[in-house]
Amino acid sequence: MSTAIALLVVLWLGLTLYTLLGGADFGAGFWDLVAGGTRRGAARRELIEHSIGPVWEANHVWLILVVTLFWTAFPPAFASFASTLYIPLTVAALGIIGRGAAFAFRKASESLAEQRLYGATFAASSVLTPFFLGTAVGGVASRRVPSGVAAGDIWTSWLNPTSIFCGVLAVGVCAYLAAVYLIADARRAGKQVLVAEFRRRALITGVVVGVVALAGVAVLAADAPALYDGLRGQGLPVAAVSIVAGVGSLVLIAVGRYRVVRLTAAVAVAALLWAWAAAQYPLMLPRTSPSTPPPAPQRCWPRY
Amino acid sequence: MIEDLTAARLQMALSLGWHIVIASFGVGMPAVTLFAEWRGYRSGDPVYTRLAHRWAKAMGVLFAVGAVSGTILSFEMGLLWPGLMGRYGDVIGLPFALEGIAFFIEAIFLGIYLYAWDRLPPRAHILSGIPLVVAGVASAFFVVSANAWMNQPRGFDLVSGEVTGVDPWAAMFNPGTPPQTVHMIVAAFMVTGFGIASVYAVGYLRGRRDRYHRLGFAVPFTIAALLSPVQVVVGDWAARFVATNQPIKLAALEGLARTERGAPLSLGGLYQDGELRYAIAIPNALSILAHGSPNAEVIGLDQVPDEDEPPVNPVKWAFQIMVAIGFGLLGLAAWWALAWWRRRGPPRSTWFWRAAAVAGIAAAVAVEAGWVVTEVGRQPWIVYGHLRTAEAVNPARGWPPVC
Repeated sequence: MSTAIALLVVLWLGLTLYTLLGGADFGAGFWDLVAGGTRRGAARRELIEHSIGPVWEANHVWLILVVTLFWTAFPPAFASFASTLYIPLTVAALGIIGRGAAFAFRKASESLAEQRLYGATFAASSVLTPFFLGTAVGGVASRRVPSGVAAGDIWTSWLNPTSIFCGVLAVGVCAYLAAVYLIADARRAGKQVLVAEFRRRALITGVVVGVVALAGVAVLAADAPALYDGLRGQGLPVAAVSIVAGVGSLVLIAVGRYRVVRLTAAVAVAALLWAWAAAQYPLMLPRTSPSTPPPAPQRCWPRY
Repeated sequence: MIEDLTAARLQMALSLGWHIVIASFGVGMPAVTLFAEWRGYRSGDPVYTRLAHRWAKAMGVLFAVGAVSGTILSFEMGLLWPGLMGRYGDVIGLPFALEGIAFFIEAIFLGIYLYAWDRLPPRAHILSGIPLVVAGVASAFFVVSANAWMNQPRGFDLVSGEVTGVDPWAAMFNPGTPPQTVHMIVAAFMVTGFGIASVYAVGYLRGRRDRYHRLGFAVPFTIAALLSPVQVVVGDWAARFVATNQPIKLAALEGLARTERGAPLSLGGLYQDGELRYAIAIPNALSILAHGSPNAEVIGLDQVPDEDEPPVNPVKWAFQIMVAIGFGLLGLAAWWALAWWRRRGPPRSTWFWRAAAVAGIAAAVAVEAGWVVTEVGRQPWIVYGHLRTAEAVNPARGWPPVC
């Protein structure tokens, strides 16, 4: 095994753990957002806060690992990736700040209006961050991020069908993971009503994410043919694992095996990431194609 | 509108300026907390244990805040400076990778330390905190060694513009690493010590003078006070290192326009049109401090073309602020020591407590100023002598775009 493959595997392990652990934190924020009115959603919000309170933002350690390993192991690829995709990555970074700050301030704030403001910030950034990280992934997966500092288009690299699909999928995956984890947390806390509620949410998001993922295959076929071919080729076995684990998880939720499903749901999501890696390997970023037209002159703000 | 380069530098300064304060507590707090816990265990005095428990909770919150701002910084290395990361990412990757490992150890043991407060026997619990101390200090060492590399780039060869022959260990242990890392680690402990103590000094001024508050002040303040004279020596070492290895940076932080023998030390002043004005000059002092001899030659800003000069005024003023605060804190530490020596008790003067109440903020300001000295003083280089900051900044079109 070459050094590059070994480093890629470690990088992907880090990315997987961030998706599974950090993703669940983001998903909990999503459920906080749609928990309902102040009074009706209070019990759900309390469970969410209780569940993620102890870890808070510590799961970002995985993201830091991924980013530092990325630039250490593949410096030119990292520079190309970050410079072309600076818009979605900056929004994601702002989301990470907003989430961490709002979660802390909400705990400390006294008035209802303040709690609502911070709560809304917390919840909104929990959705925005995975969405924009997903669009960045979509840009790489659809080969719109060429090798070279700022060599790609700063808009179309992440505003395209594959990126939007990946963004939506990322939000869905986070929500699904959080719902699955929260069922068992609610049961441990002895809250039967919440168990039923999150069980229903886990089933619904599980089905929705599955449908979105399959519908996305059509998007990829049209918008990212190279990735589509890879998924039908070397990525297929891994993608199959994801499908089996995903369907199996739905069955497990239905029959009430809430602890085992934590594992199978994680496998379903992890396999999605590894299927992408397998489908795209060995290409990381495409070479800058010489046929790329120079950026069109544009209207701009006057300098003062 | 401002230029992309300026905007990128301001964004980086803001992010780093915030992170360094939080990170300083991350480096210093485990040791202070553990010391209090250990004292409580050995003496059976529950006040120490209560203080340690309180500080441990604050440490947990600060760790999470630091994780967020650290994440943002790792993003910004690529978002703002792809020219640096793409070219030299593998040269300085090692300390960042090791920092990542140290950060993991910190996260794991912080979890154990906080969760196991009442669940482990006291001795085992204290032992579970030791990795926190080691990992915190190690993190500071690794990250600052990467910064030292930007000042003293080593561990690679340039063959017709291409970076080859990468030796990450030589890069990490570059000549700038010893003075810079020691200076920052001592500073982190001073920020922590004076910072925690300030909270209890405010309490003292408001009349909360029970044993809990007295010890809450005395433990961290004593630690910081002991380090204050150490920092003066370390700071002198760092300055002499700059004088030898980055003479133009030294010229900027002293506002020395022309190379001269027997250079004076200038206090205050404004650097305008290639000349330092309105400064108080102490004859020959700079030559003595920088090179140990009253007639030693000190390099001035005239040695490099204008485009290679760092901005003098911010660097000079930041340096003077840092040094002034450093000596102020040393004076405060001496006051504390004198009171204990003469009367076996803390100073009674309200002025001492007022000064102690702002000492935490002052220490943090000194750290910020120190980073301005080293970062702005390195300009216009991002990798000293090899890569200009302007060449490293992300060249992607801005939004909204500027003509």
